[in-house]
Amino acid sequence: MKALKGFALPILLLILWQVSALAVGIHSDTLAAPVEIAAAFAAGISNGSILRATVMTLTAAAGGLAVGAGLGVAAGFLFGLLPPLSRLARITVEVLRPVPAVAILPIALLVFGFGYPMEISIIAFACFFPVLLLTESAIRQISPRLMEVARVMRLTSVQRTFKIVFPAVLPRLFVAMRLAAGVALIVSVTVEIAANPQGLGYNLMLAGQSLRPADMFAILFWIGLIGWTLNWALMRTERKLFPFHSLRRGEE
Amino acid sequence: MTATLHRLDRKLANTPPASAKTKGKPLISLKGVGLTFGSNEVLRDIDVEIGEGEFVCVIGPSGCGKTTLLRILSGLIQASRGTVSYRGKEQREPASDIAIVFQDYANALLPWRTASQNVSLALEAAGMPRAERRDRIAELLSKVGLSKHADKFPSEMSGGMQQRLQIARCLAQNPSVILMDEPFGALDAMTRQKLQDEILSIVSESNVTAFFVTHDLEEAIYLGDRVIALEPNPGRIAELIDVPLARPRNQLTTREEPEFLALRRKLFDFVLRYE
Repeated sequence: MKALKGFALPILLLILWQVSALAVGIHSDTLAAPVEIAAAFAAGISNGSILRATVMTLTAAAGGLAVGAGLGVAAGFLFGLLPPLSRLARITVEVLRPVPAVAILPIALLVFGFGYPMEISIIAFACFFPVLLLTESAIRQISPRLMEVARVMRLTSVQRTFKIVFPAVLPRLFVAMRLAAGVALIVSVTVEIAANPQGLGYNLMLAGQSLRPADMFAILFWIGLIGWTLNWALMRTERKLFPFHSLRRGEE
Repeated sequence: MTATLHRLDRKLANTPPASAKTKGKPLISLKGVGLTFGSNEVLRDIDVEIGEGEFVCVIGPSGCGKTTLLRILSGLIQASRGTVSYRGKEQREPASDIAIVFQDYANALLPWRTASQNVSLALEAAGMPRAERRDRIAELLSKVGLSKHADKFPSEMSGGMQQRLQIARCLAQNPSVILMDEPFGALDAMTRQKLQDEILSIVSESNVTAFFVTHDLEEAIYLGDRVIALEPNPGRIAELIDVPLARPRNQLTTREEPEFLALRRKLFDFVLRYE
């Protein structure tokens, strides 16, 4: 019931849009009526162009996420466990972190040229910093009491790592991954719009430039749908994997 | 009645500090223990012996180093001066048969493990094979009355249940000594009384030695064979007081006994000096 309520507004807006398009009769290069958009989407699906582009975008996003988040987790663990190292790197991180990922596009383009490596490197750059910071703070936030419990029970350092540190960090790590996945999708589409001639972003750009607003909106909504589905699936997985975590947060 | 009180007063007055040794062979003994953090002297000249099966409570105004003393006993921190020995050997790091019940049960339990998995941690640490763990876990959970909640996460349990769970996990260590750091401080009065009786019966059943830090004076008298009163700045033993109350104790009758009331008065007067 609650979920249905959420759909009421977008459906209402779509109907209004369609009605006003019919009433005014838009023949525009920038707008299209929902029915035309749906038709364009169906065509895009049936001729495979949307799916091909989706695979390209998601491949790049997943690749960038894997590289960036992987390095971010590794660095986060190092920094979290070795505070001197973290202090040493702090200025570097603080200076690089605010750089918008797209700003390194020219460099990436020079180094890699067009294609996956360029796009993946930029996505990795964008994912690296949030994951690094969240991992580091997750490690810092392990309750010192738990470490004492480990000492009192005389857990070996291997036991401590696998029975205390990893499970304590994992739920927060998953949250970091979920955020980074969102970032990866945004950056992949951005890079494709700005430079890389492949994927959904490029198709979107192309549709715009060749004055096909119905195609443009079809891809736009499709990207929105992908992002929403991704987030929904990750949230569900999170709740499933770490039921105690959401319970705990629910309480607070 | 008055005669009893007089006798008791004399008895209490005659209890010389630091000479109150234990009946049997001491299990734990502290000699001249002191601790200094930087320029802050936390504990000075602590001399005390604790016998096997004894229930010792520690009271004192806040900041007198009660918890620090417990942590030194546990081996979690080292004294700067003096010696702490456990079973005749110097205590340098936590021993496997000394368990600690922390006050903040919510932080001490693993939130990602269910009740039975939390108990299991202690068994895993001791290297008990998986097959044997199940029965032991069930036994321990039933001992603290949590059999029905074996599959709940700590976040699904009340404070009293979580503290029971922590106690079960400590018992899984098969401890000779249980150190308790204000374990019932965060619980409501009814739950606290219930847990006091549970801990007394657990201790008497298994002949465990208990070291119990509390700021609740009545709790100290109710539970203890002896009460250590610490005075602050730096933390020192002000008095060692024997509790001549019969066991098993009873929440109503024990608390009404003249000895109980006299001790309560004495300890209140002591603590009020530092307010």
